[in-house]
Amino acid sequence: MTMTKGDDPTTGAPARRSHVPADGTAEAARVEAARREMLRDVRTRKRTRIGADVLMEALIRQGVEVLFSYPGGVILPIYDILGDYPEIRHVLVRHEQGGGHAADGYARASGRVGVCMGTSGPGATNLVTAIATAQLDSVPLVAITGNVPGALIGKDAFQEIDITGITLPMTKHNYLVREADDIPRVVAEAFHLARSGRPGPVHIDLTKDALAGETHAEHPSLEQVVAGLPGFRPTLEGHPRQLKLAAQEVARAKRPLILAGHGILIAEACDELRAFAEKAQIPVAWTLLGIGAMDETHPLAYGYMGMHGWKHVNRAIQSADLLVAIGMRFDDRVTGNVRTYAPYARIVHADIDPAEIGKNVAVEVPIVGDARRVLAGLIRLIDPVEPVDRAAYLDELAEWRRESEASSWHGSGAWRDGLLSADYVVQRIGELTGHDATYVADVGQNQMWLARYAGFRRPRSHLSSGGLGTMGYSVPAAMGAALGRPDKETWAITGDGGFQMTSQELMTLVADHIPVKIALMDNKKLGMIRQWQEIVYAGNYHSAHLPGPDFVKLAEAYGMPAFRASTPGEVDGVIRAAQAVDGPALVWFEIAEEQNVFPMMPAGKGLSDLIETWGGPEE
Amino acid sequence: MSGDPANDGRAAPPPGSMPPPGPPPPHTEAAPAHVAPPARVLPGTGEGHRHVLVVLVMDRPGVLNRVSSLMRARNFNIDSLAVSRTDRDGISRMTLTLHGDDVAVEQATKQLYRLVDVLKVQDVTADQLVEHELALAKVRVTESTRAEIIKIIELSHGRVLDIASESIVVEATGTEAEVDALVALLRGFGIRELVRTGAIVMLRGAGSIEEALKR
Repeated sequence: MTMTKGDDPTTGAPARRSHVPADGTAEAARVEAARREMLRDVRTRKRTRIGADVLMEALIRQGVEVLFSYPGGVILPIYDILGDYPEIRHVLVRHEQGGGHAADGYARASGRVGVCMGTSGPGATNLVTAIATAQLDSVPLVAITGNVPGALIGKDAFQEIDITGITLPMTKHNYLVREADDIPRVVAEAFHLARSGRPGPVHIDLTKDALAGETHAEHPSLEQVVAGLPGFRPTLEGHPRQLKLAAQEVARAKRPLILAGHGILIAEACDELRAFAEKAQIPVAWTLLGIGAMDETHPLAYGYMGMHGWKHVNRAIQSADLLVAIGMRFDDRVTGNVRTYAPYARIVHADIDPAEIGKNVAVEVPIVGDARRVLAGLIRLIDPVEPVDRAAYLDELAEWRRESEASSWHGSGAWRDGLLSADYVVQRIGELTGHDATYVADVGQNQMWLARYAGFRRPRSHLSSGGLGTMGYSVPAAMGAALGRPDKETWAITGDGGFQMTSQELMTLVADHIPVKIALMDNKKLGMIRQWQEIVYAGNYHSAHLPGPDFVKLAEAYGMPAFRASTPGEVDGVIRAAQAVDGPALVWFEIAEEQNVFPMMPAGKGLSDLIETWGGPEE
Repeated sequence: MSGDPANDGRAAPPPGSMPPPGPPPPHTEAAPAHVAPPARVLPGTGEGHRHVLVVLVMDRPGVLNRVSSLMRARNFNIDSLAVSRTDRDGISRMTLTLHGDDVAVEQATKQLYRLVDVLKVQDVTADQLVEHELALAKVRVTESTRAEIIKIIELSHGRVLDIASESIVVEATGTEAEVDALVALLRGFGIRELVRTGAIVMLRGAGSIEEALKR
């Protein structure tokens, strides 16, 4: 159960929202009643419309339902009027970074713009990691910070930092607003920029006097916003000539492969992707952020590519004669050594951002455009291919896949010693949730296990900090995802390292009754660090061992039900127990301490150089 | 790599969904029938030369910072940068010169286009151009060298802006190469101080970068 926004624990009537825990206790009701009494006079007086009001109006106009925020000195003008806007649910996070990731998770799970807010100085710098995470993964995010009054800017005032200078290289655009009158335009522009073209984070820094100043400014229409941004005109339609060239490449190819990226999900082009793949009978591989672009049970869904991707997928890339890459950017985790990448392949590369094309690999057919429109255009132009015409190719790929799946099951074989194997845990979570939950990865081994073994069926069911690789992402991002898609179960899949970076948000989950289930896979190690130290650094395990607390006691101290499993036989029981909890719950999986993720492409190597098992250096 | 751990005949995996461990796959990369492939060429590793970019931007606070920050972050080294207003309200013009291969500079222009305040980026390196740069040089003089220096300046279409007993201030204008040439001549006498504006350029003929602004 989640709280309905704007409800009132004392009367049930829509009313101002307070942040007293609405737990229905007499104490909470008493505090709320006292607060109302105190505010009654103030609120019944007609007050002027200030910058903070305009900000909230603008957010509501943009359809914002939830704001992840933490108060501070210079944004108190906002907190003073926040209660007058019950349309927006305010989630009081425990750290601004958590709020930023929550807004990110909300955006990725729902497809809408996520909004987070913090105060000046440390509040703003705490948001930086979350903003950078959104930037690297093209997540539509509006981050709002306060700043010191305009007259104090540049004076090293208390909690002053040049935050727009800091966020400049990690945002799609940013603003420093000194006048209340500018707020409506800036907020409207920020949302337009964040969600249009290639999405990304936009940061708005508002001085305290802009927030507190009186204003009569009106909100602009979308047309006015677009007219005011003459430098922002994303290309959506693929050029007909390029589409025709791409269709010719597809017609010629004997061993084509589609590489599906995050752009497919962002553009909501999953139906077009499937239709294109089926019409041309081309198997589909996906990047980490492209997971969910295609139902993994589809006959043409081939698998996850890259450094820890499936061996059969990487083999297919290395033997392909055509790669049709849509909405992905040939990241180094995907290509490995570019010189040996896909040596036989010509490349068709479609992306909405022209700067991504030709950045990492040279391509034969560049197409700038929105993934959905490009795919729709390609579907029109290509001739249908009968499955029988590709039978030899598809059969070979199927054989590779059978081999790869049989052998990759779990390089370390931890289960043979009766230890709990992380991939088994992940697979059971996928199965017991019907592959329909929102699964939020942290970073490291847990992220790769999730990507490989959970089994994904629908778009926006897999959230992962791919580009920045932000440890600590999963729990707060899952918090946002649960609010963005309340109709789906939400699971945070994390390791003991990442979990300990943002575990303060357990309190937010409990206080706001946000039903996130946390699967904490504890190997008492920084597992991916340990794996690299084992294989690349000759077993010099400096700082890989990571002692942690009793996680069940920790969760229970926050008031969160928690369960523990350390053998395979306990897995199903604890997953079901967590699912049965009304609200958040934590499951502590004590997994094998030395399990590795295989295959693995060592840094600087290529997709043909996968390590599949490791028993020490070769003699 | 050592042996396959799935084959040591120990306990079976737990019940449930785990597939049986199979034998290791034969390690054969499928090589298509045709010849061994050439290594993929990395973008931006070709031969570098001087490029001139004209960038039209919205005249907003911080826009210069955005452009210079982007060039730094993307690992491009700007040789010169000249910024001024245009005759259009709210629009400024930057002229950037930098070295790099064509692919790398094309990447730089695409990255510049991502900036919301950037209206147009044009690489005019290959175009017919009027190119001009202004330099001021304070040159050391003595009684015996003054006349010679002034002669050189006159012959090089420079101008003397200030004369003092031990130095003169020279104005040099022209293309980057022309200014380079005069500065090189003066260097022999001793340059106490040198400042250059960086190149500004304009297309020859009727073509106008401003009028071609993206709508």
